[in-house]
Amino acid sequence: MFDFLDSGQYDLLGAFWVTVQLTLYSAVGSLIWGTVLAGMRVSPVPLMRAFGTAYVNLVRNTPLTLLIIGSSLGLSQTLGINLGGETFKETGFRLAVLALTAYTGTFVCEALRSGINTVPVGQAEAARALGLSFFQVLTLIVLPQAFRAVIAPLANVLIALTKNTTVAAAIGVAEAALLMKEMIENEADALFAVFGIFALGFCLLTLPTGLLLGWVAKRVAVKR
Amino acid sequence: MSSVLYDVPGPKAKARNWIYTAGFLALFALAAWWILSVMAEKNQLDADKWTPFVTDARIWTTYLIPGLLETLKAGAIAMVIALPLGALLGMGRLSDHSWVRVPVGAVVEFFRAIPVLMLMVFGSAFFVKFVPAVSSDLRPLYAVITGLVLYNAAVIAEIVRAGVQSLPRGQTDAAKAIGMRKGQTMVYVLIPQAVTAMLPALVSQLVVILKDTALGGSLLGLTELLATNRQISANYANTIATLVVIALIYIAVNFALTSFASWLEGRLRKSKKSTGAVVGVADVNDMATGNNSAGA
Repeated sequence: MFDFLDSGQYDLLGAFWVTVQLTLYSAVGSLIWGTVLAGMRVSPVPLMRAFGTAYVNLVRNTPLTLLIIGSSLGLSQTLGINLGGETFKETGFRLAVLALTAYTGTFVCEALRSGINTVPVGQAEAARALGLSFFQVLTLIVLPQAFRAVIAPLANVLIALTKNTTVAAAIGVAEAALLMKEMIENEADALFAVFGIFALGFCLLTLPTGLLLGWVAKRVAVKR
Repeated sequence: MSSVLYDVPGPKAKARNWIYTAGFLALFALAAWWILSVMAEKNQLDADKWTPFVTDARIWTTYLIPGLLETLKAGAIAMVIALPLGALLGMGRLSDHSWVRVPVGAVVEFFRAIPVLMLMVFGSAFFVKFVPAVSSDLRPLYAVITGLVLYNAAVIAEIVRAGVQSLPRGQTDAAKAIGMRKGQTMVYVLIPQAVTAMLPALVSQLVVILKDTALGGSLLGLTELLATNRQISANYANTIATLVVIALIYIAVNFALTSFASWLEGRLRKSKKSTGAVVGVADVNDMATGNNSAGA
């Protein structure tokens, strides 16, 4: 039933490795970009708040597929921006990471912002009453509580990102979904076996993340 | 306005905010100038790339509107099938019998863990192999709907579970006190209230479904909204303009749905008639082709 795996024709681990790489690079990128966006959305400067709000609402309501295809057709093919990628493969990977980061950043931003919102205003007022400076209030009182509150939502964003990397197949990045499409076309007899393998692969990628970070989130949650 | 992060600004803070505003404005202008200059260099700002969308009605009647209708059709059918299926799975997950609860839970978790794109690809191959009666014209639509239904039924099951669990415990207690059986409690007391509580989450789930239909266009050949970009830019040679217009259509539709969901949520929370239990939009802050956080 699984003998098509022995033919050496398919690089299953390689495809999943690309998926993992896409996930990791985009996770780091969107964590940084999402934090910047969240900083803008809670900043005292109205113009930055407006930009953050507009960006989040626009990008979150755009299909990720459009962003990824747009980065390939628009940025790369029309404008010639290849992000320093030399081969087609390299460029596609980088464009996918860019689009995933731009998209996932909005979800990271919203998670972080809701984390800051869970901190009661009284906490900051009490800290100010003690004479702490703004920087001390932020680093000692607000952020520690906010970060502990958002581990579970961020874990969900990470899991969703893992699954979203499959959209990179739309611009030909050789990750798991593209290989699955190819294998299903070639090995039509083993449809369920092929699907089962990739389903298992994704369960193995996402379930431990969810369980581990869920456990961490419970451990560090602020009891109120 | 005092928030947890900053106080009502005094004169010094106000001056500082002006400096930040100026700095941000400069940065923003720089970025905008760079983007526009790159686009101008490649002739992407030429009027003839953008005017067809205003002057040429055919671009709308031949491509964009049929594409949008196909997107809405796929989304609507998927939602209509996924809703009852999801409700059934959700109630299964809440069952007192472990022989119902455990397998249903496994099914729900399985379909939530798998990218919706893979479900669509699987659906497409499944129809080729086992249901040859589906003509190849309709196959992309069927495949997209299959993928969307499998994934979203699992998500809706979680929403249903969260909806029932969000109700105050007193509702169950009161039902027990007047002698209702378990099934009666569910059917007459909990589900009707949970449905109202779930409405905002369900509306925002529609956004996710609509965004996911775009996958079908790029990988399975469904002629939905995003897929029309190829034909339009083949005819008018305006890739970027087309993508921008298509993005704006998606944003308009989805933003309307998102706003409606939040409005509904606010209204339900304030309403004196309901228990005030709401599965909010944020509770199912679902990413397209993404994961659902309710009950996680």
